[in-house]
Amino acid sequence: MTDADPVRLYRTVRLIRRFEERAVELVHGGQIVGGIHPYLGQEGIAAGVCAALGADDVLAGTHRGHGHVLARGADPARMLAELCGRVTGLNAGRGGSMHAADLSIGVLGANAIVGASGAIITGAVWAHRRRGRDTVGVSFFGDGAVNEGMLLEAFNLAALWRVPVLFVCENNGYATTMPVAGAVAGSIAGRAAAFDIPAVRVDGQDPETVRVAACAAVDRMRAGGGPELIEARTYRFDVHHTFEHAVRLDDYRPPDEVTRGRVRDPVRIQGERLADADRAAVDAEVEATLDAAVRFALDSPEPDPAEALTYLYASGLTARTGGG
Amino acid sequence: MPRLSYRRALTRALADELARDEAVFLLGEDVRVGASLVTTGLAKRFGAERVRDTPLSEQAFTSFATGAALAGLRPVVEFQIPSLLFLVFEQIVNHAHKFPLMTGGQCSVPVTYLVPGSGSRTGWAGQHSDHPYSLFAHVGVVTVVPATPADAYGLLVTAIRHDDPVVVFAPAGAMDVRDDVDDLTPVPLGRGRIHRFGDDVTVVAIGHLVHDALAVAEELADQVSVEVFDPRTLYPFDIDGLTESVARTGRLVVLDDGNRSCGMAAEIIASVVERVRLLAPPRRVTRPDGAVLPFAPALDRAVQPGRDQLATAIHLTLKDGS
Repeated sequence: MTDADPVRLYRTVRLIRRFEERAVELVHGGQIVGGIHPYLGQEGIAAGVCAALGADDVLAGTHRGHGHVLARGADPARMLAELCGRVTGLNAGRGGSMHAADLSIGVLGANAIVGASGAIITGAVWAHRRRGRDTVGVSFFGDGAVNEGMLLEAFNLAALWRVPVLFVCENNGYATTMPVAGAVAGSIAGRAAAFDIPAVRVDGQDPETVRVAACAAVDRMRAGGGPELIEARTYRFDVHHTFEHAVRLDDYRPPDEVTRGRVRDPVRIQGERLADADRAAVDAEVEATLDAAVRFALDSPEPDPAEALTYLYASGLTARTGGG
Repeated sequence: MPRLSYRRALTRALADELARDEAVFLLGEDVRVGASLVTTGLAKRFGAERVRDTPLSEQAFTSFATGAALAGLRPVVEFQIPSLLFLVFEQIVNHAHKFPLMTGGQCSVPVTYLVPGSGSRTGWAGQHSDHPYSLFAHVGVVTVVPATPADAYGLLVTAIRHDDPVVVFAPAGAMDVRDDVDDLTPVPLGRGRIHRFGDDVTVVAIGHLVHDALAVAEELADQVSVEVFDPRTLYPFDIDGLTESVARTGRLVVLDDGNRSCGMAAEIIASVVERVRLLAPPRRVTRPDGAVLPFAPALDRAVQPGRDQLATAIHLTLKDGS
């Protein structure tokens, strides 16, 4: 059930783009506290990869994770409500930007510990397949994660046990402020090669290129292949985290690099594949969806402090309170 | 009445749960062969798919278990060495433990972490002899430390059926304890057990130290009437059961194989004195602050809580309270 429709692919990147822009406004307006890690510029990766997935598949993302959740099909209104800390949010206001999850559609969560998603997804896919499903999984991570031991351990486990996990490295050139050249000995694809995991490097700015690569990998995995890796080269158009809008860090990215990096815009690239009228119709529908999402989020109730730890234990165990 | 060793009680619990529930599977280093002597024979009976040997990748296989639990299975992860818990503390605490809350109740993570041979095994030195149960109690992961074969069976079964992560410490000092056991049943979490009733002082002992406490109670029987309380579960802790005991005896000593600062003994004493006015200041017998177990046997023993120290502590509470 992979989705090759260019209009829907455009809708996904456009939705993520405008969602993030609206979310940044809400950060500046104080309605989203704690800030966000905007996915701006990287939309083509989540959109292209998720277009290759089927209903039984699972994914886990990163602290820069809104795009993965939205591309998989989560309700933007409940996603935005989560960012605003409302009870109607995907996580009932308990997770926020860095932990948004929707297990009903196989999103095991954004995960704020760099490199953590690989082993979790490997275990989830292995378990689903043991239970008779044809599940494949996607572990999204950034270039910073390729230096995390537990991710490399996950590469080994997935390859050793032939668990069909698509490892997607979103290489935006920087781990926060650290350039890849300053952090990565060898190469990202070379790490996969060490485990005999097939790896391709793709242009992450072109959603269709990503989709085609992801579909090919998913097809091979469903046919019995083991894990694969896609290194999608990309550029984040905005800050690492919105605190940089208030606190200017040194120019760790040279201004001309930022200018050049923003030229290849996944929303524009995919949009140019549509007739003007189709594009305009999608844009209008996305705006209406997000207008409604913002209203829904801001009109939703905030959680009751008396229920701060309601979901701490799935077993129903109750914790002692902290008061005297 | 069949005699059952603590170690075989753990094996029985694993076998019974593997047989009862297809969702249960075992994961760890050398579990196929059973290097810990706990998983012996299980791979033959249940197959290598459900008794899975792992590479030496503790962090990955711990989170692999989290993922498998999110997908509906009930993994049991064995760690041969208690100090490996430091290595996977991140995976247990940041992921397995936090997922239910962070997702707003969308999931459960029913993983059991089994640590056979926790604490000192004599001669295994600094990196194989820790007993870090207080860390898990501190972060709020369900933590059990059975002392007897029946409790080892019953608490491990309960842990596997529990819908949240549970760490099961099976102290090296208890692994060879044998008991007459005719009724193997699940043991509820958070329920302590009084092994010996007494009138003068309540001794709380954790894990293998229950047997030391019982020996000391017997030795001192003509001088003092000692009640021995075994919490069995450290988190959630049976504070009601212990309060009832201490309210009768008026005196409290805690015997705890953890380091002293921020240890279980400190927490137990604080929880009791919040509720009960004692006749004498409470005492605790623990490993020293910051203890690293030295290799030489005499040094290893010197930093573990001992029976003489317990006897002294009991006498002090009587003297202080008289």
